[in-house]
Amino acid sequence: MAIRRVCAEVISQKSIGTGIFDMVLSVGEIAKDAVPGQFVAVYSNNGSKLLPRPISICGIDKENETLRIVYRVTGEGTGTEEFSGYSAGTKVYVMGPLGNGYTLKDKKAIVIGGGIGIPPMLELAKQLDCEKTVVLGYRDETFLDEEFAAVAPVYMSSDFGTVGVKGTVIDAIKEYGVEGDIIYACGPMPMLRALKAYAEENGMEAYISLEERMACGVGACLGCVVKTKEVDHHTHVNNTRICTEGPVFDAREVEI
Amino acid sequence: MNLSVNIAGVTWKNPVTVASGTFGSGLEYGQFVDLSKLGAVTTKGVANVPWPGNPTPRVAETYGGMMNAIGLQNPGIDVFCKRDIPYLKDAGATIVVNVCGKSQEDYVEVVERLGDEPIDMMEINVSCPNVKEGGIAFGQNPDALYEITKAVKAKAKQPIIMKLSPNVTDITEMARAAEAGGADAVSLINTLTGMKIDVERQKFVIANKTGGVSGPAIHPIAVRMVYQVANAVNIPIIGMGGIRTAEDALEFIMAGATAVSVGTANFNNPYTTMEVIAGIEDYMRRHNVEDINDLIGIVK
Repeated sequence: MAIRRVCAEVISQKSIGTGIFDMVLSVGEIAKDAVPGQFVAVYSNNGSKLLPRPISICGIDKENETLRIVYRVTGEGTGTEEFSGYSAGTKVYVMGPLGNGYTLKDKKAIVIGGGIGIPPMLELAKQLDCEKTVVLGYRDETFLDEEFAAVAPVYMSSDFGTVGVKGTVIDAIKEYGVEGDIIYACGPMPMLRALKAYAEENGMEAYISLEERMACGVGACLGCVVKTKEVDHHTHVNNTRICTEGPVFDAREVEI
Repeated sequence: MNLSVNIAGVTWKNPVTVASGTFGSGLEYGQFVDLSKLGAVTTKGVANVPWPGNPTPRVAETYGGMMNAIGLQNPGIDVFCKRDIPYLKDAGATIVVNVCGKSQEDYVEVVERLGDEPIDMMEINVSCPNVKEGGIAFGQNPDALYEITKAVKAKAKQPIIMKLSPNVTDITEMARAAEAGGADAVSLINTLTGMKIDVERQKFVIANKTGGVSGPAIHPIAVRMVYQVANAVNIPIIGMGGIRTAEDALEFIMAGATAVSVGTANFNNPYTTMEVIAGIEDYMRRHNVEDINDLIGIVK
């Protein structure tokens, strides 16, 4: 599957929560190759910002050759703040699809997203053609939850109990008695660590999507690595490239 | 129109290579760039044994550039010879292998091992700011630099490029030491040691605390250093630091570099090297320059 860098065009953009933006980009053939769990590198139009922003793919429309990204603005003067100001017609360079994505298995699934790790799980939840339950963890304000509800039963948790169970996604799984044979997850590192332990305790398979500061996005710079249980086939040491061998890993294989 | 340059007896079809560490061993960028069209491919540093590198985060963006502390993670010379050299050879690349080590013995071991490999040159990394042993320790002391250059040259079968650190008081002193030790060429500059603090989290952004700063922000410093070194030694110079356009590259050549390396800009645009080469050709056409060599050190 080829990685391409194209001059994409913004089709639409809207805010769907505090600091959360939903942008659809016309990306040509990048959309045709994309699978759930992959990401794109989005380049700033500001010459002083050289490194691409890795952003997960929230939606894939192969027919119209568009990708949907839902991302959080990380602060004032940042690249993501610049992106949030784009409107229909804005041109922006995008490279992708990057990374491996999830392998869709025909097993009773629990699809779990936490915070800004929620968006990539939407396309996965749509494409999984099996018995599935979605668990979403928010700080307080929800986003995308209605779209998940259209494809699967949804349970939620929030830090302050504003929606669902007060606590973590694991609290929600226990509270609502959510069952499954396989976990697909993306979210903050503490959540992924807890899910790795939960899956091991309960004898479940778990595939988790990791995040790390990246530079090249294509496996050349070795900036974004994670420690691995076994010696990696490419690096020949106990770490592997998140951008290339990941971002999705079998939880048993990574030391997080 | 001639774009080819000669560096220590090795002909490059044009003066553009890539900075070590920004291009892997070519495989990742081979999907964007025809590696045979580069003057040379300079590989990521390789040591005698695999190195795991530093903890993460290893990279951060800075204004007009970036900072890294990868820590020379590499798969070791055995895998490199078996996997990476054949790939580059098949791709038709002119090959410059960057060599790193923790001790003089480490460097010499790798250099000897590469002696019978089909590579064109070696670049000795005595300037990495991100490892505790070796690296920059050899590049900040002229006597140590002289000694390691001599030791490497005694065993090397291919021409040797010594890669210099800008984290010194007088880079010409280092360049002279490398030349006196028998270096066939020097490359400069490696990254400038920097630091970035996340004020919200009140922590260092990079796990290593410090990292090497690269990118357009350091370009004028690098051009100045190349100019100084060009006036201090008689061996060829490969200039690098923040090249993003043909004009950036031509500044180095006019300051006295025979060739240039594109580094951080590869991360911004994987086609940068090809655009720089095309831009140099365009410049030569516009200015009626028949031979790129006529531009080397033209600004006095």
